[in-house]
Amino acid sequence: MTGKASPSAGALAPGDLWRVAVVGLRTRKLRAGLSALGIAIGVAAIVAVLGLSSSSEAGLLAEINRLGTNLLTVTNGESLFGQPAELPVAAPGMIGRIGPVTEVQYTGAVGNVNVYRSPLVPSIDTNALSVAASSLALPSDVGTSLASGRYLNPATATEPVAVLGAAAAQRLGIDRVFPGERIWLGNMWFYVTGILNPAPLTPEIDSSVLVGFPAAETYLGFDGHPSEIYVRAATSEVDAVDAVLGATANPEAPNQVNVSQPSSALVAEADAQAALNGLFLGLGGVALLVGAVGVANIMVISVLERRSEIGLRRALGATKSHIRTQFLAEAVLLSLLGGATGVVLGTVSTAVYASTKRWTIVVPPLAWGGGLGAALVIGAVAGLLPALRAARLSPTEALWSI
Amino acid sequence: MSATVATPVLEVQSVTKTYPSEPPVEALRGVSFVVGEGELVAIVGPSGSGKTTLLHLMGTLDRPTTGSVRVTGLDVADMSDRELSALRATRIGFVFQQFFLAEHERALDNVADGLLYAGVALAERRDAAAAALTRVGLGHRGSARPTQLSGGERQRVAIARALVGRPAIVLADEPTGNLDSANSQAILSLLEELHDGGATIVVITHERAIADRLPRQVQVLDGRVVEDRSSAGGPPAGAAGPVRGAPAPPRGADGDRGDAVTG
Ligand SMILES: Nc1ncnc2c1ncn2[C@@H]1O[C@H](COP(=O)(O)OP(=O)(O)O)[C@@H](O)[C@H]1O
Ligand SMILES: [Mg+2]
Repeated sequence: MTGKASPSAGALAPGDLWRVAVVGLRTRKLRAGLSALGIAIGVAAIVAVLGLSSSSEAGLLAEINRLGTNLLTVTNGESLFGQPAELPVAAPGMIGRIGPVTEVQYTGAVGNVNVYRSPLVPSIDTNALSVAASSLALPSDVGTSLASGRYLNPATATEPVAVLGAAAAQRLGIDRVFPGERIWLGNMWFYVTGILNPAPLTPEIDSSVLVGFPAAETYLGFDGHPSEIYVRAATSEVDAVDAVLGATANPEAPNQVNVSQPSSALVAEADAQAALNGLFLGLGGVALLVGAVGVANIMVISVLERRSEIGLRRALGATKSHIRTQFLAEAVLLSLLGGATGVVLGTVSTAVYASTKRWTIVVPPLAWGGGLGAALVIGAVAGLLPALRAARLSPTEALWSI
Repeated sequence: MSATVATPVLEVQSVTKTYPSEPPVEALRGVSFVVGEGELVAIVGPSGSGKTTLLHLMGTLDRPTTGSVRVTGLDVADMSDRELSALRATRIGFVFQQFFLAEHERALDNVADGLLYAGVALAERRDAAAAALTRVGLGHRGSARPTQLSGGERQRVAIARALVGRPAIVLADEPTGNLDSANSQAILSLLEELHDGGATIVVITHERAIADRLPRQVQVLDGRVVEDRSSAGGPPAGAAGPVRGAPAPPRGADGDRGDAVTG
């Protein structure tokens, strides 16, 4: 048969396109792997940074939720003359009568008293510790617990007995409680009955040595005024309680009272941490750029080396567009391979790190989707010029080069 | 047209080719001949005489500077690059001196790739490839890689790839150029067998001895045809030589005709 109509050529079937696109990767595995590595590192960095910041933020928020967002802190502000104002002794009781308030605990700073491991320690080595009188159910109210021993109770609150905040215990070199353990506080021995776990919402408690109100008055010349009041309210009513706390705590001078919500400060901190990651994202971007140059480079070399293959394909009936598509697909595949490896690497590093921190593992879709998308775009851009060059090669030029 | 006169598969008319190099090279200076269906033709000439240039023009890999080339009646000058590609994919098979096999692919897939751009599905390509390998005597080596094959076997695989789409014409450029004489003889015998089976084949060679084995020789020198004769007696059908009216070349059974187009 001698056809009179011109035959026409169509695009390759997807399976065939796949087969021609992997030729370069199959025949030059090491080289392909190395050039995909740049993309892999870039994508891994981006995925890990986004994954870690999301996981750490999730971890922090989970921690904040566990501690409760319904804690309000009332502290003494300053008087008109710039002197520390005093909260009325009756303030905790008044606050307790606000409807949605579920729990009120408080401490009172004991001034001019320092704590030492023993009387032999030079008096300037105060370790920046403070001494405070405490109400009896403070730990659970501020979201902490006892690491060791027990807290103050009505009996020990009247005796020279102290409980150490987490940081205070560390600075005094006491890591657990045993009978007879004591510290030198205000020129006399106080027995240590407990050590607290860290209290993330109220870090001021961590560096405090806590004693009972009666004991502080008896032994340390304390005036009995609270300086910090820790208020738990029904979660839905926190704002309403916040609004009336100042006036309730000190009806005569509401503006000498500070009210704060410790959890909101921590949430802000979590957000700030995520913002800091912009720098690392930038580094990941640079790695991606280097990877893109690597892919472009490898494709240019590949086209030069494979002239005879191109010539043969043209002789077998490949159109310019077949050749162009083949090399473009190869570049995209190479880059996607790197991208997929990067996503796996980034996710695994996130998972490993997050699990050591006991965070839930969060890899946002933006991270892996964006990583793969970036790889795809990079492959297409890096492969475009070499693919156009390969397609422009005339069949005879390509065949002659051997 | 009488049934005894072969249909022209390839018509080369007053073709010239000048390469625009510095200085320009006149590789072909007015070449005319016709290859009829079922012919086995040798194009013979010394190195540099323009044989490869001629093969590229016949194979539509390049266009003549002047003159016309028709393949299965289609004028190359009227066709786009895309249409020429499709023409090569379905109606022209190439065999090269360097084989050009993909080393990471087994023989069967190398042969099947002869149909890759003809729009044939993979399974059908492989079936056709198995049949073509059998035709060249390598039916049992389909799963071998080219590196596991001898030079003669590799060229057989390349020939099978050229044949797999049952093209109207097979163009072979120095097919024995990389082979020892025993293998060369075997490849020539294979080409003769395929010709007996009905395939239309043009073999380019610089070796007189090889050309003399084939039924028709077109001799080129300095870009011109200096002789066109058939060993079997008179000049060939449709030859642009001075004598006309030669008998038609042998033809195989209809089912095995070399001009069947796939796709
Ligand atoms: N691309 C090209 N550019 C310039 N000159 C060429 C090119 N290709 C071939 N030639 C010249 O054309 C002539 C014929 O070459 P070719 O067709 O390869 O001859 P053969 O195959 O008979 O050895 C030679 O002089 C060669 O140098
Ligand atoms: Mg040559």
